[in-house]
Amino acid sequence: MPEIPRHSAIAMGIILGLLVIATCVRLLLAKKHPGKDFTELRQRIQSWWWMVGSLFVVLSASTGTAIVFFGLLSFLALKEFLSIVPTRHADRRVIFWAYLSIPFQFYWVYLEWYGMFIIFIPVYLFLFLPLRMVLIGETSGFIRAIATLHWMTMLAVFCISHIAYLVTLPVKNQDAGAIGLVLFLLFMTQFNDVCQFIWGKSFGRHKIIPKVSPNKTWEGFLGGGVTIVLCSGILAPLLTPLSWQYGLLAGALIGASGFVGDVVVSSVKRDLQIKDSSQLIPGHGGLLDRMDSLLYTSPLFFHFVYFLCY
Amino acid sequence: MQISRIPKILFFAVCVRPLVLIALGLNIVNRKGLPTSGPAVIAANHNSHLDAIVLISLFPLSMIHRVRPAAAADYFLANPWRAWFSKNIMGIIPLDRTGGTDLDVLFESCREALDRGEVLILFPEGSRGDPEKMGRVRKGIVHLLKDREHIDVIPIVMHGLGRALPRGEALFVPFNCDVVIGDALRVSGTAAEFTQKLKLSFHKLLNCCLTRNPEDSEK
Repeated sequence: MPEIPRHSAIAMGIILGLLVIATCVRLLLAKKHPGKDFTELRQRIQSWWWMVGSLFVVLSASTGTAIVFFGLLSFLALKEFLSIVPTRHADRRVIFWAYLSIPFQFYWVYLEWYGMFIIFIPVYLFLFLPLRMVLIGETSGFIRAIATLHWMTMLAVFCISHIAYLVTLPVKNQDAGAIGLVLFLLFMTQFNDVCQFIWGKSFGRHKIIPKVSPNKTWEGFLGGGVTIVLCSGILAPLLTPLSWQYGLLAGALIGASGFVGDVVVSSVKRDLQIKDSSQLIPGHGGLLDRMDSLLYTSPLFFHFVYFLCY
Repeated sequence: MQISRIPKILFFAVCVRPLVLIALGLNIVNRKGLPTSGPAVIAANHNSHLDAIVLISLFPLSMIHRVRPAAAADYFLANPWRAWFSKNIMGIIPLDRTGGTDLDVLFESCREALDRGEVLILFPEGSRGDPEKMGRVRKGIVHLLKDREHIDVIPIVMHGLGRALPRGEALFVPFNCDVVIGDALRVSGTAAEFTQKLKLSFHKLLNCCLTRNPEDSEK
């Protein structure tokens, strides 16, 4: 096992510490209110242990392992999307090709072939899928079917593969190593969800988009955003090659785009009249319910860093 | 442990479980509605060859040799390879559905299985039919349970497997699937009344499916 750079190791330690605290609080709560049902909270925290645990194991194992892991996440996310949206029966073989793009896309990541990585989905796959669909010959509902498939592969394959590419970027912050960027992005995105929720719950008055997500308020969005900007200004120089000034900007980017990712996936679910996208993660719902903000933050954060530092 | 159980347990532990977990992914509703011991009858809708495999995989490995799908003899025993797989791995109870056989003779082996305390998987629609469409619910199940009305009939609706591997297709495409387990029913009244009850139950369970779209329900 390669050595984990100091800052990344500390960051992992702090996250595990937070989980220990969450577990202790849960146990105390259960002791204090013996009659109350804490099943959902217990499942939620247990699932966090699994998610964080598996992530840390693959990140510290090797670059290749991490890429395979994110490829698997990409597959599960795409499968979840394609399972809940309407698909035409005739398109099974087209969908099969969409799945096949995953090993290719993550192989480009492994090769660090940036040029191919960045155009493979939006150029080659997006042009190829309609061709495959035409060969089947079902024209009724063609536009909708191909648009759905493009959008799903964009979110589930293209966006998620950016997290994997972060791992392969040359190390510019020796104290954080290659995994520092991934830890920073994942932690900030999830922390942003938590902050927006807490700020919204405590001070929320003015709704942003009541039709899509009645719990989203300006107070939550702005309060969470400011918290993330400040945290990011402190953490970015430690975990990423960014200076503290650019760290503040990265925080703003993650705060805003995380919010967008969240409401976009909410709209998809609302359109389909479902609450969770699957039951993959006990206490959380599906993978998409957990990764919704990440779908937007990862490509945007990646290109922010790539533009400034590479 | 009997040697004859080992192929089935190995197949489900090594091949089916991981595949169901990763390549399929199940959204299971009301898992505790599954019978923990026999005799019991599971009445499920039928869209795919995967149906029986997925249903068996829901049970603990210690119990799967007692979970037996009833399956068409003319199809599943058609060649020696398929027959070996059907009998030793799936543990099917062959049904001769050519029509000539007397109903009591037809269900003889199913009744024996129930009397041994096994869980019988039945597909009351008969064959797999069109993907993701509910076919006609047949009355055979009432005949089967004629003198065994104390046995629970557990309705289970699956959705999505007909997309993953529909009839007449060899290419498997991964999709999440719903498995909705209903409350146990008992056979009572006339055959028509019971099939109606079963049909209503199926339709109610279909509405719990995540992978079913609002448009599907209008069809």
